[in-house]
Amino acid sequence: MEYFIELFLGGLTRGSIYALIALGYTMVYGIIQLINFAHGEIYMIGAFVAYIVCGVLTIYGFHGVSILIIAGLLAIVYSCAYGYTLEKVAYRPLRNAPRLSPLISAIGMSIFLQNYVLLAQTPDFLPFPALIPDFEFMEPIAHIIGSPELVILVTTLVTMIMLTVLIKYTKIGKAMRATQQDMSMARLVGINVDRVISTTFVIGSALAAIGGVLVASYIGQVNFYIGFIAGVKAFTAAVLGGIGSVPGAVLGGLVLGLTESFAAGYISSDYEDVFAFGLLVLILILRPSGILGRATKQKV
Amino acid sequence: MKNIKQSLAVSLWFIFLTFPLMVVKVNTSDQLVQWRWMNILWIGLATFVLSFVWRYALARKEARQMAAQSGQDEQDKPSRIQALLEDQSLRYKAMIALLIFALAFPWVFDTYQSTIMISALIYVVLGLGLNITVGLAGLLDLGYVAFFAVGAYSYALLNHHFGLGFWTILPVGGILSCLFGVILGFPILRLRGDYLAIVTLGFGMIIKVVLENWSDFSFGPSGIANIDKPGLFGLKMDIAASTTYIYYIMIGLVVLTIIVTARLKNSRIGRAWIALREDEIACVAMGIDMARTKLSAYALGAFWAGMVGVMFAAKTTFINPASFTFMESAIILSIVVLGGMGSILGVILGAMILILLPEYLRAFSEYRMIIFGAAMVVMMIFRPQGIISNVRQKYEFKGLKEKSENV
Amino acid sequence: MSDTTKRTLLEVKGLTMDFGGLRAVDSIDLTVSEGEIAALIGPNGAGKTTFFNCVTGIYTPTDGDILIHPKDKPTRRVNGSKPNMVTTLGMARTFQNIRLFPDMTVLENVMIGRHCRTKTGLTGAILRGKAARKEEQEIVESSYTLLEKVGLGEFANEYSKNLPYGAQRRLEIARAMATEPFLLLLDEPAAGMNPQETADLDALICRIRDVEKIAILLIEHDMKLVMNISDTIHVMEYGKKIATGTPQQIKDNPKVIEAYLGEETEA
Repeated sequence: MEYFIELFLGGLTRGSIYALIALGYTMVYGIIQLINFAHGEIYMIGAFVAYIVCGVLTIYGFHGVSILIIAGLLAIVYSCAYGYTLEKVAYRPLRNAPRLSPLISAIGMSIFLQNYVLLAQTPDFLPFPALIPDFEFMEPIAHIIGSPELVILVTTLVTMIMLTVLIKYTKIGKAMRATQQDMSMARLVGINVDRVISTTFVIGSALAAIGGVLVASYIGQVNFYIGFIAGVKAFTAAVLGGIGSVPGAVLGGLVLGLTESFAAGYISSDYEDVFAFGLLVLILILRPSGILGRATKQKV
Repeated sequence: MKNIKQSLAVSLWFIFLTFPLMVVKVNTSDQLVQWRWMNILWIGLATFVLSFVWRYALARKEARQMAAQSGQDEQDKPSRIQALLEDQSLRYKAMIALLIFALAFPWVFDTYQSTIMISALIYVVLGLGLNITVGLAGLLDLGYVAFFAVGAYSYALLNHHFGLGFWTILPVGGILSCLFGVILGFPILRLRGDYLAIVTLGFGMIIKVVLENWSDFSFGPSGIANIDKPGLFGLKMDIAASTTYIYYIMIGLVVLTIIVTARLKNSRIGRAWIALREDEIACVAMGIDMARTKLSAYALGAFWAGMVGVMFAAKTTFINPASFTFMESAIILSIVVLGGMGSILGVILGAMILILLPEYLRAFSEYRMIIFGAAMVVMMIFRPQGIISNVRQKYEFKGLKEKSENV
Repeated sequence: MSDTTKRTLLEVKGLTMDFGGLRAVDSIDLTVSEGEIAALIGPNGAGKTTFFNCVTGIYTPTDGDILIHPKDKPTRRVNGSKPNMVTTLGMARTFQNIRLFPDMTVLENVMIGRHCRTKTGLTGAILRGKAARKEEQEIVESSYTLLEKVGLGEFANEYSKNLPYGAQRRLEIARAMATEPFLLLLDEPAAGMNPQETADLDALICRIRDVEKIAILLIEHDMKLVMNISDTIHVMEYGKKIATGTPQQIKDNPKVIEAYLGEETEA
């Protein structure tokens, strides 16, 4: 039973990271129907920036939580800047192009950013410091859930609540929802659609950066390639939950995390990725619109 | 003046953007920070210049689109190269010259050059195969390398366990990977295009994971060595001779692929693929069975990857899962995209450029992938039709009202 | 048409289509007979295109029957059949917002229409045997003949995206005719055309009925065109059918006048 709980919490932790990244996919897809393949790279850049900032700060004598906060904030700032630039350079000129063009552009961007980090930094795995401290009050239950897991779960929860509030109640949130439903109509009623799209990319990037910092410090290493795998998994989560749906992305992330965790714990950890994709294929066949997605009819 | 200000802003923005990754390098084990200030200068200069080029190119593209809307489409006027390509007699002459060059190649250059040429030809076939799926039918396949792996492993395993020869397995490998394509394609081809991309990507990764972990079947990450080279009536060949032999087999395979794809492109099936790419709803409304058409494009693309996979295993005599990563799929895709989706000549050129250039310009090879990535983006924005755009066949109408008697 | 001895081709009974809670088409009955030009009119959003989409298999209707009675073939119920099946059975359509294959030539667009009436497969295409070549020749010739019929012969080798708007509409008609239908469904064929083009279209549609012997069901807002050529007019409003009759009957129907009040009737 204890093993089960351990796997469950492990899956939940992993799943909440997937959910953070999946939100970026789902929000972008909801608005411009594009799989932003480079989203995983934004997450990786977030983690990398955090790594660099941590390294510099440690060497110059900073300590503990202050490093975590500064590194986290800078990671978010940089991820947002990259996300914003990415949209402006690689997607905006293709707004009216055939469907395949932006998709290929996104793949090109993903390859570009991976290799950019590889060339600018290193192809090796780098050790990432454990930024999350061990809390004392966690000690009695530390054998089931550690402090890092708790921090990840709480941070994800808080982020989700903030995002929900943003989408539901703010002006930009309303503009985002309007653009998602009908872009040309939104433009007619005076919404600056380009700005809404940029904002969507920025928000998605911020979420990815949070995920990047959390997971890097949890797993303890970064590398130029981490974004690719995480990106594919997160996209799987987004599709699982129903792409375009914000609660769907969260649910999909959790389901995927739990599936992987249990499959790895009870069957075999070698085939973790196989289970994830098996699940994706199964969902797409049985319920292509995802768990929470609505089946949409294409207008003819 | 306004332009300079704008470019300055762009360059400052990129300096900010690239600062942590390009300038700072941390060595945590030695507790050292390396500041590479010079990079700021390079980034600043490069982005300053590039932003001018970028804006100019965007403006030109827009102007062209405006012209197209008002009915004067400059883009569709055949370029000079395109006009040359359509000149039939010249085309035959060029083809014959090219064939002679290709046949003479191993006698003019040494074995090392032939080996490089063989890998380039392998990518030509891969590119042409993927061109069927992506270029003609518009199905974005990001796990194409999986079919390549199926072919390579079917030869390696059947050769290892049963001693079956190259010529027996060459078609078998193709058919096996075709079958894989059908089995995988059946459930997923109903999906919208972008889902298809992600599922094929996943499939590519699954194949690699399975090959790495199922050691009883695939010998795991250590791979399979001592695969037989192709035989010629039991003749003993030294390395040079066998390389030349493989080279000629590859030429044969390339020619076969070209003929088959060229014929398909302008056939009933090929037209259905293109129609599917252009507009799915109109396509089914015109009586085309979508599932069957998609499946045939997907499986036929897989077929070529399987064949050339057998070839690859026979050429290297050693394979392991590391040869079948997503990077390979990405390279093949960039060949198709950069060369020109749907265009046979474009894909061949694309493969030659993308594979041979890094071989001969060693300094360039380190930057290969970053350039491919950037080129994919730039191509999509400024020249989505690729280096050589796909030209549709023109028809004459003998015995009908309008007679145009040429060729 | 008063002539009731004509065979019925399409018979729709109680067709209903719901989108979520919205009833877009509400138990429509409609028949189209041999040699007839039938028009489906109504204010915007009345459910006309949805009706088309149900009949041609793009949507599966919630309720009702769609029966077709092809010549020399048994009656078939086509609810929920795939669009390509419906076309193969003999009903072809055009689209309100033109859906051509832009990067194919004009001729090739029509050749696509021949797809379901020909059968060269992969091996045939690769080997290019005698049968395959003959069939290909047949496809080219019959497609070209059709282009001539709609007056686009000279554009055969142009890319379809480069055609002027009115010509694109006619190309869509030629493409649909290439599937050898017994019934042609045209969704706003005159939309965006100038008066001259509309007059040409008028003649073309009548020719299709009289010479090609293809019945026609069309959605149209151009009342002049509709009144000119239709044998029967069906009027829809809010998903329901409110009237059926000859052009004269429709003109005088108070319900129709009410439905159109405030609507622009281009007369």
